[in-house]
Amino acid sequence: MSNQSSPANAGISVHIGHVAPLNQANVDTDQIIPKQFLTSVTKSGYGKHLFHDWRYLDLHEQEPNPDFVLNKPEHEGASILLTRENFGCGSSREHAPWSLDDYGFKVVIATSFADIFYGNCINNSLLPVQLESAQIDALFEAVAQDPACQVVVDLPQQQVRFNDQVIGFDIAPHHKNNLIKGLDAIGQTLELDAKIKAFEDQQPAWQY
Amino acid sequence: MSTTLYDKIFQAHIVDEIGDDALLYIDRHLIHEVTSPQAFDGLTQKGREVRRPDLTFATMDHSISTRSLAIDACGPANKLQLQTLADNCEANGIQLFPVGHQKQGIVHVMGPELGLIKPGMTVVCGDSHTATHGAFGALAFGIGTSQVEHVFATQTLKQSKGKCMQVKVSGARPLGVTAKDIILAIIGKIGHAGATGCVIEYCGDTIEGLSMEERMTVCNMSIEAGAKAGLIAPDQTTFDYLEGREYAPKGADWDAAVAYWKTLKSDADAKFDIVVELAAKDIAPQVTWGTNPGQVIGVNQPIPAPEDFSDPIDRDSAVKALKYMDIQAGQKLADLTVNHVFIGSCTNGRIEDMRAAAAIAKQGKVAQNVTAIVVPGSVAVKAQAEAEQLDKIFLDAGFEWRLPGCSMCLGMNDDILSQGDRCASTSNRNFEGRQGRGARTHLVSPAMAAAAALAGRFADTRDFIAND
Ligand code: SF4
Repeated sequence: MSNQSSPANAGISVHIGHVAPLNQANVDTDQIIPKQFLTSVTKSGYGKHLFHDWRYLDLHEQEPNPDFVLNKPEHEGASILLTRENFGCGSSREHAPWSLDDYGFKVVIATSFADIFYGNCINNSLLPVQLESAQIDALFEAVAQDPACQVVVDLPQQQVRFNDQVIGFDIAPHHKNNLIKGLDAIGQTLELDAKIKAFEDQQPAWQY
Repeated sequence: MSTTLYDKIFQAHIVDEIGDDALLYIDRHLIHEVTSPQAFDGLTQKGREVRRPDLTFATMDHSISTRSLAIDACGPANKLQLQTLADNCEANGIQLFPVGHQKQGIVHVMGPELGLIKPGMTVVCGDSHTATHGAFGALAFGIGTSQVEHVFATQTLKQSKGKCMQVKVSGARPLGVTAKDIILAIIGKIGHAGATGCVIEYCGDTIEGLSMEERMTVCNMSIEAGAKAGLIAPDQTTFDYLEGREYAPKGADWDAAVAYWKTLKSDADAKFDIVVELAAKDIAPQVTWGTNPGQVIGVNQPIPAPEDFSDPIDRDSAVKALKYMDIQAGQKLADLTVNHVFIGSCTNGRIEDMRAAAAIAKQGKVAQNVTAIVVPGSVAVKAQAEAEQLDKIFLDAGFEWRLPGCSMCLGMNDDILSQGDRCASTSNRNFEGRQGRGARTHLVSPAMAAAAALAGRFADTRDFIAND
């Protein structure tokens, strides 16, 4: 491991994959990874529990729910999750992006994201792509027509491309830069140590 | 320059500006066992240290038993997590209030009651209900574990400035309408993603009239409206609450602090990005019927039908929620039987909540089909309630009186519901499976929860108050 990037921050640029369409709004982090899996003290191994309540018919994860999108053979190996409004709302648990990443998702495309979840994705090199509602509809439609439809998510160009469609998306420049370079945010901030120290020296003691 | 309270606190903490982002200094960092282990691990891997252990405080709350003080009471995984927190705090010189300690409690109950949270501070915790602390006029927000690690190492966080939403609640509060009802009504009005990207400042005479406990209940659920944080400008109520608390300034420092705190308010002509107004008189005791906190109605309103929603997404959510909750459009809440009642959590686990629930509990007995538990938010709340003999009232009425912790708010311990259970809960999330796979959660105030326990179904707390 180098000092500049951890394995989770390897840097992302252009991703090509196919899509798992999760046609639901307001998917909360309790659904993404329920509480009983939060007792682990490590960052890995959450993928098998991703969407546990929806994905399995039993508590012990022996019986997959055939109706759930991730269990459909045509969506096996999907690396792009497509969903709708307010994805990742609720608890701040970073176990949510860890479980998506561990399952094999590299990109989540949604109409909107909850704030904390969005930041957690950026910090784990999971690319959150926000598109307009009509564009999301078009992508759902394309995947319904052809589940194997190849989707290109091009971060440098800020584009999602599939069939003959090209859709641009917005992302803050610093988020884009950090994702592409896989930068270590803490290392960057530590270079500002003198400024942090100067700030601390100005504070009245009663403040704390 | 006319600025909002949010602007003022944000500005006062800028260490550096990086593009559109600011590097903000963090004055208080609270931690617990669930979201910290991977952050400590990250530090160790890089050979980094906790920069300001003196500004960092830890408690055990999520993974602990409410029946036993033994840290292995909830099994080996929970024990390992709790032990890991203890070891990490020890190794890094961080003050920890472990299970059994007289200052232990749910992180958002413990912090304020020790005076750790002061107006104008920036406060973070790896927990979305950090918004609670905004009740003190502190900019307080939940963060992910990578950010916990960032704060450990640097005592700062990169933040972009959010929008500011003003929520103004005016007029006298009708009898039986609590702080919980106010915040549920606000979320019902703006929707549970209605404040995404915003910090909410709550104001208006109804808000000014709330106690600190009540203000914490309101700010706590800011995240359930999608907000980054909630804020209430500090005033005499805030200062009176803080004075004399363990970590509050003393003597000349107190005077200097209060003089500064008094400057912490939005200017009269400050511009807000969004303004929402509610009249207190229009608010009734609230009950959520669905699977997100925005799906909420007054106790006497019928359960809505999907067709009542114009937005197709809302309609779709209503269809799914009615199915999951096993209820029908048009049904009355009073016809829904509950078999569990949970009184506690960082939303409603404070002393005033215990008092409000006890005032109803003393009027009867828990219905036969109901299991009702009361879980104080901290050891201090428990001790105070016992000094007032509220525990006796609960026990006599057939409630269980437990040890402090998060408990059935999320069920990381053994306080968990089963498939098909229906629970009147004073917590903050009614998501599918939140309190147990297949279990149905209805969010209510402590008084409404106690009333449901006695009636065995949802009941209007105002009928009990009239009898009091
Ligand atoms: S009481 Fe519930 S919401 Fe509050 S900190 Fe604990 S688990 Fe989170």
